[in-house]
Amino acid sequence: MALLTKRLRAPEAAKYVLLAMLAILFLFPIYSLILASFRPGRDLMRYGITFASLAPDFFSGNNYAALLTGHSGAYPVWYRNSLLLAFFQTVFTLGFSSFVGYGLGVYQFRARNALTLLVLFIMIVPLQILILPLYKLMTTLHTMNTFPGILLPFIVSPFAIFFFRQYAVGIPKDFLDAGRIDGLNEYAIFLRISAPLMTPAFGAMAILVAQQSWNNFLWPLIVVRTGNMFTLTIGLNSLLTPYGNNYDMLIAGSCVASVPIIIVFFFFQKYFISGLSAGGIKG
Amino acid sequence: MKQSLFQSSMRRAPYVFVLPFIISVLVFYLYPIIATIVMSFQDVVPGETRFIGTANYQKMFSEDFSKALGNSFKYTAFTILILIPVPVILAVMLNTHRRRTNAAYRAVLFLPSLVSVVVAGTIFRLMFAYSPRAVINAVIVALGGRATDWVLGGAAQAMFLMVMIAVWRWTGVNIVYFLSGLQSIPSELYEAADMDGARPLRRLFSITLPLLKPTIIFVTTISIFGGFAMFEESFIFWQGQSPNNVGLTMVGLIYKKGFQTGSMGLASAIGIVLMVVIFIVSVIALRSFGFFKRES
Repeated sequence: MALLTKRLRAPEAAKYVLLAMLAILFLFPIYSLILASFRPGRDLMRYGITFASLAPDFFSGNNYAALLTGHSGAYPVWYRNSLLLAFFQTVFTLGFSSFVGYGLGVYQFRARNALTLLVLFIMIVPLQILILPLYKLMTTLHTMNTFPGILLPFIVSPFAIFFFRQYAVGIPKDFLDAGRIDGLNEYAIFLRISAPLMTPAFGAMAILVAQQSWNNFLWPLIVVRTGNMFTLTIGLNSLLTPYGNNYDMLIAGSCVASVPIIIVFFFFQKYFISGLSAGGIKG
Repeated sequence: MKQSLFQSSMRRAPYVFVLPFIISVLVFYLYPIIATIVMSFQDVVPGETRFIGTANYQKMFSEDFSKALGNSFKYTAFTILILIPVPVILAVMLNTHRRRTNAAYRAVLFLPSLVSVVVAGTIFRLMFAYSPRAVINAVIVALGGRATDWVLGGAAQAMFLMVMIAVWRWTGVNIVYFLSGLQSIPSELYEAADMDGARPLRRLFSITLPLLKPTIIFVTTISIFGGFAMFEESFIFWQGQSPNNVGLTMVGLIYKKGFQTGSMGLASAIGIVLMVVIFIVSVIALRSFGFFKRES
């Protein structure tokens, strides 16, 4: 037996050496971005990230100061817009999707299976293909260059609906009947009994939706027209000019833009994972 | 009286619950799909839109189109070739009893998927800068190679950049998918294999991979959708203006024709063709997995 464990140890060690190397490789870009954010943008523009620039010996807060003052204070505006959009997107998408998903999961009614299939079908239609008619629709609704214009197409998320549906299927019927006996109508049962039971599902989807909203790029690129409506992704992208004269703001801005989502990840890792895993399980 | 009120509430309630979905499907999916089909047969000019038959489809097959289709195909193929086997192997490595260590590695590999494409593109631009001092070129020079112009140097370099950024961002996500698939495999199977004296490689091919197949099919399918819908990874490097269209993808072409050139009708026709391409490719992929065969 002792011999056996010894023989197993060598490949085990090799495995963790390999994983450690891979982890370093994957962290390297983030590490180098953080260090680069403390260096003058013109060096970065000329040489890119060099091994010399990776030594943690040069720290200047100038780039971060430029975030507050550069482009006449544009960055804080982008940040505020992204925060507001992520907040409203999460509230609306979770509200609607949980409502629908619950309806599909709990009730037996004639259109149930057809609608569930429709949810799955909608999931596979890439929104990227529908940008042209959606653009025309937003023009007709006069929602171009507005928050509702950015939010609307994502408010009912097929993935979130499906996730809530799967969760709602598992709610014991006795709980709902107990509510009915107490004289609650179906919507009060949803709000007071079922929604609290679905808290983990809300957690997982809140994180997924907020992250998607925070990093959304193609759709805001089409809807947003003026600087005061820029989101972080659109604003940072506008700094990516061929002349590279905005690298001070770009690098520091990229770091600050990534901070909230990384913090949220470390506190709610479990929810990130369960939100994603739901997709993998159904196969 | 009260009883019947409840019953009518219960009968109506399901439909009230699904109403937001029905409305949003009609407005944000069904209408746009139909509008795309209609627009693909039109010359869309503000003020005067007229039907021009299949003209959009006839003039669509330009040099741009074959470049874009080729790039999207290659990108999808390369990302699948890397982003299925590598994460499967890593997930198998991480699916052991050392929970804490494994969770830490999983978190680190997952981290890149959290940053936005724009941020990722910024980092990759700086790491893959043309200067021989920039980290990637510095390594190449140290190994005796020559500094490469990654962003503007040519088709192979451009594809490499786009695939690398996808690998960096999606490896961790796919690991999570595969880990959740692995955890649904009953451990009794492995115990039985151990009793039969099966070696690790044998266990991988006889138990793990067959039982992981549903997850592999799922990840392949979403990779096909994602690969052909790719736009942002290319846009952040070239802002839609890559030399010789080395970074042009199908969605990039739709964006270019629809928003930059203003040919909405033509762009819609390309969108329809893209939908058909995605459909055909995923059906072929699913068939090759035996997805449509009835389980015996």
